[in-house]
Amino acid sequence: MAKITYIEHDGTEHVVDVKPGLTVMEGAVKNNIPGIDADCGGACACATCHVYVKEEWRDKTGTASAMEESMLDFAENVEANSRLSCQIKVTDELDGLVVSMPENQH
Amino acid sequence: MSKPRVVIVGAGHAGGSAAAFLRQYGFDGPIYLVGEEPLLPYQRPPLSKAWLKGEADADSLALKPAAWYAEAEVALRLGGVASEINRGAKTVTLASGEAIPYDFLILATGARARMLPIPGADLANVLALRTAADAEHLKSVLGAGKRLAIIGGGYVGLEAAASARALGAEAVVIERENRVLARVACPELSHFFQRYHGERGVTFELHAGVEAFVGEDGKVTGVKLADGRTVPCDAVLVGVGAHPNDELAKDCGLDCAGGVVVDLEARTSDPHIFAIGDVSHRPLPIYERQFRLESVPNALEQAKQAASAIAGRAGPTPEVPWFWSDQFDLKLQIAGLPFDADRIIVRGNPDTASFAVFHLKGDLIQAVEAVNAPPEFMAGKMLIARRTPVSLDKLADTTISMKEVAA
Repeated sequence: MAKITYIEHDGTEHVVDVKPGLTVMEGAVKNNIPGIDADCGGACACATCHVYVKEEWRDKTGTASAMEESMLDFAENVEANSRLSCQIKVTDELDGLVVSMPENQH
Repeated sequence: MSKPRVVIVGAGHAGGSAAAFLRQYGFDGPIYLVGEEPLLPYQRPPLSKAWLKGEADADSLALKPAAWYAEAEVALRLGGVASEINRGAKTVTLASGEAIPYDFLILATGARARMLPIPGADLANVLALRTAADAEHLKSVLGAGKRLAIIGGGYVGLEAAASARALGAEAVVIERENRVLARVACPELSHFFQRYHGERGVTFELHAGVEAFVGEDGKVTGVKLADGRTVPCDAVLVGVGAHPNDELAKDCGLDCAGGVVVDLEARTSDPHIFAIGDVSHRPLPIYERQFRLESVPNALEQAKQAASAIAGRAGPTPEVPWFWSDQFDLKLQIAGLPFDADRIIVRGNPDTASFAVFHLKGDLIQAVEAVNAPPEFMAGKMLIARRTPVSLDKLADTTISMKEVAA
């Protein structure tokens, strides 16, 4: 299990255990964490699971694919550390990961 | 005063999500979730794709793990069939005889596959694909050397054809119109998808009427076409559209018009009853009309609308309807609906398998169909919502980025 901290836009923190193999998005949805909508269920088709990856974790979460990049290009409030959480696979390496959510998902 | 009680009839993507959003939004009254299937709410889109190909299991399909419902105090009535709504007494009666009182009722009964009333329709292995049980059955009859006949060249049919090919089975698509996706996509997209599937071994019988399913020992062995030929097969998938499950609503006198008529809060003609997802006939303000949408984003949007109204908070920002489909390595993303469109602009070249078709009404974008083209989809969706004119020349020019087109 990897412990992942999800921080809502208003600062509310949720710490949950996520099974390796799931994505960071699935970890949020299965625990009913507000702020990650994940309309497409992980098909990289909608950009409604946008998160910001805490600086110190950016190496371990890897980089966005070209498809993910171009989805993020048009999402709102995108920053350098923006990712689609459906594209981050949880591994034991990500135990302790911290991500935060934008105000809205569209 | 006791807390209000919500009963949700239908435990699909819409109903399951409504329960979750109610809790997210702080609703702390009792919630009952009634579903005909014996399963917890699950995602349907992977059934024709990842699940069929063995790349997903029941756990990954479930919207929430079983423990969540207990923790969130959502009372489940799985395998429960709602048989009657008494609006006066505000109760829902189940086939088991249990009558559940409600303060708010959410109908999320979905739609069922339309089947063909032709001889042989009751043969074994003549299937639809709506439920996990359907998908399980289809998977059990697919595999190398098998042949799947698909009636209807819509999205479900094409997705199943692509999955069948991935499993080493043959797939033949039988379509009444003279092109696939005839009811839902423009000819450019139809021709592209037909060619792409054809190059990967899917065969097509277009402009073909289906007269009967023929079989041996109670099992389907072929599809008899109107021209007298019989297409041999080991299984048939019927994918010719769906019918809203609005009988409960009709029986208790709610306004229905090919689906339960609702407003932008997903509220029906009875202020205590909501209808969400495939069963609802909802307003589409952008297009100034009512329509029934069958999509996950729609189920989620209306689940949020109903949950917001019940929890007493502002509803979500209205969304542009959108859809997606994965076939082979293609990602199709569609935003909007091509109502009243009077021209199309193709951006990019279908031969490159990365292009988009924009449907316009004058210089307003009504819809975009984007194949392996996320910027076109994302920018298109934004422009449809914005309702401002675009430069048609820029839109057609791939040397100008979608960022600039949308600027």
